[in-house]
Amino acid sequence: MIDYGTKIVAGTSPGKGGTQVLGVPVYNTIAEAREKCEVNASIIFIPAPFAADAAFEALENRIRIITIITEHIPIRDAIEVMAYAKQMNASVIGPNTPGIITPGSCKLGIMPSHIFKPGNVGMVSRSGTLTYEIAAGLTKKQLGQSTCFGLGGDPITGLNFIDALKMFENDPHTKAVVLIGEIGGNLEELAADYIAREKYPKPVVAYIAGRSAPPGRRMGHAGAIVMGSAGTAESKIEALKKANVRVAEKPGDIPELLMNAF
Amino acid sequence: MKLYEYEAKTILSKHGINVPQGGHATSAVQAQEIASRLKPPVVVKAQVLVAGRGKAGGILFAETADEARKVADKILNMKIKGLPVKSVWVEEKIQVKRELYFGITTDRFNRCYVAIGSAVGGVDIEEVASKTPEKVIKTEIKPQLGLRTFQTREIARRMGYGGSQMSELGRVLERLYTAGMDSDAELIEMNPLSETVDGRFIAADARIIIDDNALFRHQDYKKRLLEGESDLSPQELEAMNNDLAYVRLDGDIGVIGNGAGLVMATLDTIQYYGGKPANFLDVGGGAASEKTTLALKIVLSDPRVKTLFINILGGITRCDEVAKGILEAKEKVGVTMPMVIRLVGTNEEEGKRILTTAGIHVLESMDEAAKLAVAMAKQGDS
Repeated sequence: MIDYGTKIVAGTSPGKGGTQVLGVPVYNTIAEAREKCEVNASIIFIPAPFAADAAFEALENRIRIITIITEHIPIRDAIEVMAYAKQMNASVIGPNTPGIITPGSCKLGIMPSHIFKPGNVGMVSRSGTLTYEIAAGLTKKQLGQSTCFGLGGDPITGLNFIDALKMFENDPHTKAVVLIGEIGGNLEELAADYIAREKYPKPVVAYIAGRSAPPGRRMGHAGAIVMGSAGTAESKIEALKKANVRVAEKPGDIPELLMNAF
Repeated sequence: MKLYEYEAKTILSKHGINVPQGGHATSAVQAQEIASRLKPPVVVKAQVLVAGRGKAGGILFAETADEARKVADKILNMKIKGLPVKSVWVEEKIQVKRELYFGITTDRFNRCYVAIGSAVGGVDIEEVASKTPEKVIKTEIKPQLGLRTFQTREIARRMGYGGSQMSELGRVLERLYTAGMDSDAELIEMNPLSETVDGRFIAADARIIIDDNALFRHQDYKKRLLEGESDLSPQELEAMNNDLAYVRLDGDIGVIGNGAGLVMATLDTIQYYGGKPANFLDVGGGAASEKTTLALKIVLSDPRVKTLFINILGGITRCDEVAKGILEAKEKVGVTMPMVIRLVGTNEEEGKRILTTAGIHVLESMDEAAKLAVAMAKQGDS
C-alpha cells in the first residue's frame, strides 16, 4: 500500500505502541494514534474473534471509511458493526474483501497491484481472486479500470452492489461497469431491479459464479450458498438479463462483452 | 453447522419454549424404554440433517412401547437421501389444533436479522412465501433494539391470536429470538409451531443452523462436528480439519484453486467446455506448499477423480510455494493421472520453472487450461 502511494500514517497493535513498521509509527490504540495524526480511513486485519471490536474502535474514533480484510467474522458481529457504522455515517468495505483500489492512485487493500491498470471500467465484486482474474483479463486487452471494489464474500457486508453502482454512476472516470456476483442471497437480483428501474446510464457487464454449485452447500465463501430455491445463479442471471445487462458465460468472455458494450 | 432436531429442541427447551416430552435413542431398545416412560402413543423421528425425512418414511407413529421398538428398528436401518440414520428422537404425540410457522434468519440487504411468521405452518415456508406472500409476516429486527415484546405481540396478532393467547404466543417468539442469538444461529425456526387443542403452543419441530464462523463461541458443537457426527464426506471432514473449503460434486475432474470465487468460476468454465467437476476445493489465500500438498491428497483420495485441474492465481499466494507443494504431493502420493496446471501471479516465473523442470505442463489461460482438462478427462473415458 505504501509502495502504491497510500499515505499510511499509523498502525495500531495493543502492546506494541512506540515501535515502528517500515517507518510507520505504531500505537497501542486508535485514540492514541489520533492524538498524533490526522486519519480518515482504516484497514483492519485483526483475527475474526476480535475484528468487530477493532471496527467499533475505528467507528468510535470517528473514522468514516473502514475496510475489513478479515475473513470468518460471525454474522452477529457483522450485523452489529454495520448498524453502528450506519449510525456513525461511515462506510464499511467488507468484511472478507481484498479491499478497494483506484489503479494508479491509491489502494486500501491487499490486491496485487501489477494486474490493474488505470482506465474507465468500474469493477464491483464479491470475490477476491476472481476479481484479480477478471481485472488481469481486462488489463491484457488494454481495458483499464477506474476503481475496483471488493464487497466481500460474507453474507453481511457494508457496501453492496447498489451502493457501488450509485458511486460509479456519479464518477466521471467510469464509463462502464463490470459486476461480479456469485450464488447466495439476492443482492444481484436487487441490483438488477435497480438498473432496470433507474434506467442505469452506463453499460453493465456481469458474471455470476457458481452455476454448478449444489443447493445447501457453502462454496468457500460464507455468503455463497443456495438455500432451497433462493440464491441460485440462474435466478441472478435471469434478473440481470431482464435488466438488459450483458451476462458472461465465463470470466474469459468479459473483455469482449465489454468492448461490444462501449 | 446444522443441528439435529433433538439438539435444537434441547436449546429451545432451555430457553423456556415448550417442546413435546421426549428422548434421544441410538437403539430400538432405548426407543422402547423412552416410549414406555412417555406413555404411548408416541412419534419416532429419524435424526438426520437433510430435509424431507417425513416423505422418506423417517417419521412413524407407535401406539405401544413395543410398536415403538419395531418402528425405531425400521428407521435405524434406513438411509435417507443416502445418509444412514444413526439415532431417533422419541416423543409424545400431541393433539394439534393448528400449525404455525415462526423463524429468524438474516436479511442481507438490510444487514440485519429478520423474523418471519405465518399462520400457515408445517409446510415449506419458501413455497408459502412465493405462492401466497400475503400469508408471510416479516419483521426487520434492528440490532440496537433486538426483537421486542411489542413486536412479537403484533406478529402474534397478525397470526390470528387475541387476548392471553396473543401474549403467550408473543413470549414464545421472543424466547426463540433469544435462543437464536445465544446460539449464533443463522437460521432458527419452529416449523410447525403447534397450537394444541388445549390452547398451548409447542414447538413440534425445530431447526437450527449455527453460523460456522461463530463456532469458536460454541466449542461443544464444534467438537461434535469435528468428531464426525455430521453429514460430511471423509474428504469434507479432512478439509474442514485443515481449514480448507471442500464440496463434493458428481463429476470426474478434480479441482483445486485459490479463492472461492475463482474456484466457482473454474467449475463453471469446466462445465462450459462439457466437463464435469468432481469437487470444489479452495486452498484459500496465502496457501503455502504444505497446504497445497494436503489439498492434493484430499482430492486424490476420491476414487472418482480421473483428471486433475489446478488453477492458481497468486495475489498473496506465491506461485513458487504452490509449485513446490505440487511436486511434493506428486512424490508422496504418487500422482499418475493427467494434471493440468494453470499458474499465474506472484513469483509466477519461478513457479513455472519448478514445474516445467519436473516435466509438468503449465498453462497461462484459464480457458485453455479448462479445455485441456476436459479433453484429457474425455480421453480417459474412451
